[in-house]
Amino acid sequence: MSPERPKRPDRVRPDRTADAALGPDAREEVLRRVRAALGPARGTPVEVPRGYRRRLAPDQAPGRADVVALFIERVAGHRVPVRHVVADELPTAIAAALWGREAKRIAVPADLPFGWLAELDGVRAVPDTAAGVGAAGFDALAVDGVVTGCAAAVAQTGTLVLDGGRGQGRRALALVPGHHVCVVHADQIVGTLAEAVARLDPARPLTWITGPTAPGGPGARALEVLVVDD
Amino acid sequence: MTPSATPSSPRPRFADAAREALADPASRGELRGSVAAVRARRAAAVAELPDWGELRAAGSAVRERTLLNLDALLEDLERAVIEAGGIVHWAADAAEARRIVRGLVGAGEVVRADAPVLREIGLTATPLPDRLPAARAGVCGIDFMVAETGTMVLLEETGAGRACLALPGPLVAVAGIEQVVPTWRDLEVFLHLLPRSAGGPGGAGRFSPAVSTWTGSAPGDGPGEFHLVLLDNGRTGTLADEVGRAALRCIGCAACVHVCPVYERVGGAPYGPVRAGPIGAILTPQLRGVGSAANASLPFASTLCGACAEVCPVGIDIPEILVHLRGRVVESRRHRPVPTPELAMMRTVAWTLSDRRRYETALRRGTRWARLLARGGRVRRLPGVLGLLGRWTDARDLPVPPPRPFRAWWADRPGGGAR
Ligand code: SF4
Repeated sequence: MSPERPKRPDRVRPDRTADAALGPDAREEVLRRVRAALGPARGTPVEVPRGYRRRLAPDQAPGRADVVALFIERVAGHRVPVRHVVADELPTAIAAALWGREAKRIAVPADLPFGWLAELDGVRAVPDTAAGVGAAGFDALAVDGVVTGCAAAVAQTGTLVLDGGRGQGRRALALVPGHHVCVVHADQIVGTLAEAVARLDPARPLTWITGPTAPGGPGARALEVLVVDD
Repeated sequence: MTPSATPSSPRPRFADAAREALADPASRGELRGSVAAVRARRAAAVAELPDWGELRAAGSAVRERTLLNLDALLEDLERAVIEAGGIVHWAADAAEARRIVRGLVGAGEVVRADAPVLREIGLTATPLPDRLPAARAGVCGIDFMVAETGTMVLLEETGAGRACLALPGPLVAVAGIEQVVPTWRDLEVFLHLLPRSAGGPGGAGRFSPAVSTWTGSAPGDGPGEFHLVLLDNGRTGTLADEVGRAALRCIGCAACVHVCPVYERVGGAPYGPVRAGPIGAILTPQLRGVGSAANASLPFASTLCGACAEVCPVGIDIPEILVHLRGRVVESRRHRPVPTPELAMMRTVAWTLSDRRRYETALRRGTRWARLLARGGRVRRLPGVLGLLGRWTDARDLPVPPPRPFRAWWADRPGGGAR
């Protein structure tokens, strides 16, 4: 038993479904082999030295403003357009981003803050509901792109993280071909991946987006980031 | 599912396969260019983090801890995945894994995101269809499984696996049993180590463009139905070897592959279907055994230059394992009545390699020696008594060694021995 793992009660054999019929034998066999292979070394605790940095070096980003600036710099480094706006400007900035790409029809999370789309003129926003968009697929709706918020953003790598929470919709939205306008509130930006890991909930479906994916792949899309100062 | 092309004749020994690859100068040049680009990206991404050494130390320890506690961690993982609505399957070998996957995805259109583990079990990738919704089920590999939470972690350049997550039908992930890590927090180490070591073009080399994590099933989001297939296929046998076991720490970054001077010249094919490069040379013979000449030849497919060990983010001493496995290959052929010349020579090699000074002296001597024997700029079979080593030297039909030993050249090479 390693020291860092919490003790748990003796395991209860979980129920198995019929299609896992092969499972129990293989399971016992594999676990038996693992135990036999480790022999006396089994369960040896190993100390993990964690002397690495969890935060940005002080000279890299001394204050909040520097963390936001680093995020913007890194996003731009991925050749992703990024704009820093104040809250009042957000609806106009979203509309401008969509007009700039000539988007006509977009999908949005059903719970996107209403005000964000207030300035949309000539762009139809289709709410993504599990019943509507999911089953038919986004192709059927012929949308040009999506507008979402995010759960966190990482300055160190210029990464956006969506967790399916408020204003983000389902994972499928992050796969819609076309444009993705993603709104980041300045206070959602953390310095490092370690800080993001600490902040995010592993139980939620997480989608981490760092610049464009390799061209030609299924996730090839044009990203645009709006950083909002509240 | 299409099993990967299994040639009816056995795979050739490394040297024979390599000779074929070496005969194609165009693809060699191409390979050299792309490998150099990956190497440069990796070096830049690693140099940027002043605490790379500490991250490596942590990564090595987490992986070692994982292996020594593997049975308990797998049970934790299984429980966590089931609690989150996923279904866990166990496969003792590749055939069993294929059977499970086929049974789960049925006959409909299936999307497969390419992954080393899928190639290992002989499930070849199909390109993603243009219209994703047409596909019903998805099959993917994964990079890490978190025992504490049951979370699957997938890092990608293309997003092909991420596309599988949003399909209406079942998602089947296949993973080697060693791919587990104990805690969610351990990701703060591996999210740096893996993408930066991989030297991919996306994310400015700092992070993979598409990273996805999921825990069990997520109805209404994706995956709607999640199956995890835990694969042994020779891993427990590898775990039993106290020296060779360290190969299972591997996180699949391929940094060792891209610094390997042998790989740079011969490419991936001679290593067989499991893994290419130095990690393939130590993993394949352990997973598949050294019974076949092809797998037995892999530990010899190296100059022992040590570049791989220098870049490995989880501190696998690949040269040490190579030498160890060479010994095992020789041992396995010991029952022959007369010790083979290879056995005799390998004993000498082991003696020589066990001491750095002896090794370097031998290199210099070997250099002089080979230059005397060379005819027409190539050393082929060695003459006289040395000719007994015919098979061994025959497989090493190389240009005359340069006056300067490779080790010295490699160490001085710009960016070559980076960290
Ligand atoms: S063995 Fe090679 S592929 Fe595996 S972690 Fe080390 S460098 Fe990366």
